[in-house]
Parts: sequence; structure tokens; C-alpha cells
Amino acid sequence: MEQIFDIYLLEALINGLLFGGVLALLSLGLNLIFGVIDVVWICYAEIVMFGMYAIYWLHAVYGIPIVPAALLAIALTGAMGFLVHYLVISPILGSPPINQLLATGGLLFFLQSFATLLWGIEFRNLGLRLPVLQWGELYFSYARLLAFGIAVIGMIAIYLFLTRTYIGTAIRAISQDREIMTLMGVDSRRVYLVTSVVGGSLAGLAACLLVLQYDVHPFVGLSFGPITFVICVLGGLGNMIGGFIAAFILSEIISIGGFYAELEWGYVLAFAVFIVVMFIRPEGILSKKS
Amino acid sequence: MLDVQNANAGYDTFQALFDVSLEVNAGEAVAVIGPNGAGKTTLMRMISGLIPIRAGEIRMEGRSLSEVRPHEIVELGIAHVPENRRLFPRMTVEDNLRMGAFTKTARPQFRERLDYIYELFPRMKERRLQYAGTMSGGEQQMCAIGRALMSKPKLLLMDEPSAGLAPVIVQQVFDLVRRIRQEGYTVLIVEQNVQQVLQVVDRAYLLEAGSLQTSGTAEELLASDQVREAYMGL
Ligand SMILES: Nc1ncnc2c1ncn2[C@@H]1O[C@H](COP(=O)(O)OP(=O)(O)OP(=O)(O)O)[C@@H](O)[C@H]1O
Ligand SMILES: [Mg+2]
Repeated sequence: MEQIFDIYLLEALINGLLFGGVLALLSLGLNLIFGVIDVVWICYAEIVMFGMYAIYWLHAVYGIPIVPAALLAIALTGAMGFLVHYLVISPILGSPPINQLLATGGLLFFLQSFATLLWGIEFRNLGLRLPVLQWGELYFSYARLLAFGIAVIGMIAIYLFLTRTYIGTAIRAISQDREIMTLMGVDSRRVYLVTSVVGGSLAGLAACLLVLQYDVHPFVGLSFGPITFVICVLGGLGNMIGGFIAAFILSEIISIGGFYAELEWGYVLAFAVFIVVMFIRPEGILSKKS
Repeated sequence: MLDVQNANAGYDTFQALFDVSLEVNAGEAVAVIGPNGAGKTTLMRMISGLIPIRAGEIRMEGRSLSEVRPHEIVELGIAHVPENRRLFPRMTVEDNLRMGAFTKTARPQFRERLDYIYELFPRMKERRLQYAGTMSGGEQQMCAIGRALMSKPKLLLMDEPSAGLAPVIVQQVFDLVRRIRQEGYTVLIVEQNVQQVLQVVDRAYLLEAGSLQTSGTAEELLASDQVREAYMGL
């Protein structure tokens, strides 16, 4: 009895870890955009929702194989990222942050309503039957392992992009001194657009991983949008390393909370921890105490 | 090489430069001196495109700077070491240098230029993986100069490279400026250390309240009563 109990706890811990990978990927996109452009895309999870629909239509309805369908969906959300910046953010870059929040918040409702109009409110899924893997007495969902693996690969790719390319270096530099970028020969507007496209594409990659496990519907963004924001704030908005760590902390809390009670309690606990930490370290877990 | 004609510039409703005309010939080192708030930094910022020119014209090797967008000015061969250095503090020395080679023309020469900078400033090679913001003031100034040189400029603008440094280091900075001249760069430098900067430049302009007052060779200005009284406390 003792022993079985431990194994289930281990399973919960591992599931928390796997879930954390996808959350880390989600928060990376949001943090990247905030770090560079200083704008929070409230509608980020809704872009993920469009990515999930894209894969659903391309793969489940039009029969395009899953990998090309996923790549197309990523390209689509990348294009959405471009449009969000070009049409919504760029014209109001100089205005107060609250206006930018309201604009992307408005976009959230627009995208939700648009999806409802186009596709109705029914839940749709890919209908994939991915196996459950057994290792000793432990059971893992293949979909989760795959999602974790791809999320890690995606994050490594972003790391290499940010550290090994000129534009990536500029993306890291721009938040440290915006004005001086001109002297380096950097067109800041281009850096903003590239960042928005990368951020949008990351939403698409996250969509590919989420659609393996969850149904898509116009309000699906609500089920992981808030936790993504909480992760970003907990890690310190714009701090990609902080976000990465916070994603795993919260996913473990949710998973272990869900193990001892219901999954909903896991979320309640995670938000409670978040609020407490915000009282102690308002600038995020990695900030120095003020 | 650089030709500024009747240039005006300012901030919002405030005009900081009035009909400023100056030129810098290839191979020369030229200083702009003047009291605090005279508009020296504004002049440098206008040349490198950080603030727009309101009237007049700036030409680099005959090409009007108004023909290109601000971030393209560096590709015409103008690099700017800004006031207060303005390094990217939470990036390594090498990443800072990489940013200096951002332009399409500079990228293919990155390795070559990096070796050149490390040879010029061996200290930067030692510190290459250190965060720029954690270095001493003198080291940061080297890094800022190195970053500007990464683009292989023809003209180097330097805004008060000796500001905020200890006297010994100030001396080193002026030695650096000499070396940079020997390397063949044309230099336009703003300095508060009037006595010292006049030892390393060929000519100088005196800027006061946004207008150029006098100009002349370094010797002439060193000998002028106007400059001696106001800026060298003699
Ligand atoms: N961003 C700004 N907005 C408004 N006015 C400014 C701005 N920057 C400078 N000024 C004003 O323009 C004038 C010239 O400033 P500038 O910085 O060019 O002087 P400076 O000669 O470089 O002085 P210092 O020796 O102190 O560096 C000053 O009166 C200053 O108050
Ligand atoms: Mg100044």
C-alpha cells in the first residue's frame, strides 16, 4: 500500500514536469514580446486557440498529414503575430501602457467572437488515439511526453536564436537600451516585427502540443491564458529564465495539489501561492529583495 | 569628410542648436568644447541620427544624411561612442561588440574586427564573457569605443569619453584617442577636459549656448584668452 502510494505521487510529479514544459513554452512567447516591445498581449492564448483550430481543420477535416499541418498552423500564428503588431500595437506604441492593454484585451474578445461566429461553440478534437506508455508500474501518456519533448526542443531553438544570431542578440539588447539601437544600425521597428512573428509562431507551436491533449473551442484560451500570465508575472514579466522556472513550480503545485485533491484545487493552490509570492517579491521570484 | 551646414536641432519646443556649421576632413581629429548645456551632445546626436535635423544639412563624403534613415547612417561610416558609454549592461563584452557589427556590411567581417579590437584592447579579450555593466569605468569606455569600431567606421564620434573617470584613467583614455588616430580613424570628439583634448586634436570648435563661437587650430585655441579663462581656469 505504502509503495503504490509513492508510485502515484511519482507519476503526479512527472506529469507536473511534462505539463510544465508546455506552460514554459507558452510563457516564453509572452515574455519575449513583453521584454522587447513592453506590451502584454492579453490575447496571446486566443492566438493559440486559432492555431489549434488551424491544425484541427487542416488535419482532421482536410486530411493534411499532421506534421505539415502543424507547420502550416505555426506559419499562420506567426502571421497573426505580425498582424497584431502591425495593425494594433504599432500605431499605439507611444501611448500609455493601459491603452495597449485595452487594445490587446479588446482583441481577445474579438478573436473569441470571431471563432464562435466561424466555427460555433462545439468542442472539436483531432481524434488521435495516442498510446499510453508503461514503464514498470508507471503509466505515461504518449501525448504528454511528445508535447514535453517538442516544447523543450522549441525552447532550445529559441535559446540558440537569441544567442547565436544578430537579430536575436538585438532582441536581447533592445530592452536594455532602446534609443541606442539606432547607433548600432538596428531598425527597431524590424526587431519588433520579428519578435512578434516569433512570439506568434511560439503560440502556434504551443497550439500543436495542446491540441494533442485537449479539445478546441472558442473559449479554450481561458483555460490556460490566465495561468500563463501568472507564470510570467511570477517569474518577473519579461524575464525568460524566471518564467521558465515559474512554469515548472506552478505546474508541480497544480499536479501535486490535483493528486491530493481535485485538479481544480491544484489551480486554487497555485494561484494562492502566486498571491503570497507577489506580496513577498512583487518583481518576481528572481528579483533581489527590495 | 563630414560637412555640417547651418544645422538646427532641438527638443520639442526647445531649440538647442542654432545654425551650426562645421567640417571634419579625412584624417583629422577635431574637438568641440563648450560649457555644460551648450549643445555638444545634441550636435553629436544630430550627426548620428538620434535626433532629427530641423534645418540645414549634414553631408558625409558628399552624401546628405537626410537621404537615409537614421539607422542607416552607421553604414555611411559614422560610428558614435555616446555620452555615458551606454553599453548593454546585462550582456557580455562580446555580445556588446557583436551589436557593433550589426549592419549587413559589418557582419561578414565580424571575426576579423573582433580580433582587431582584442589586439587593440587586450583587456577586452580577458573580459569577453563578463557582463559589460560589471566592469570598471575605464574598461567600459574601452568596450564602448571597441563597439563603435566594430563597424569599421571612417569617422568616430566620441562624446566625453573621459567623463566620470579617475584622473589616471582619464590619461589612459586620451592615450587611447591618440592610438585611434594613429590607426587612421577620423575623429570628432566632445570634451570637458579642454586642456587635455587640445593636446590630441588638430582643430577645435567652441560651442556656447547652441552657437559656434570660435574655431581654430588646437594651438590657437590653447593660446586664446577666451578659452584659457573660461575653460582652463588660467
Ligand atoms: N532630451 C532632452 N529634452 C529636452 N531638452 C534637452 C534634452 N537633452 C538636452 N536638452 C537641453 O538641450 C541643451 C543642450 O544639451 P546637451 O546635452 O546637448 O548639452 P551638452 O553640451 O552636451 O552638455 P554637457 O556638457 O552637460 O553634456 C540643454 O539646455 C539641455 O537642457
Ligand atoms: Mg553632453
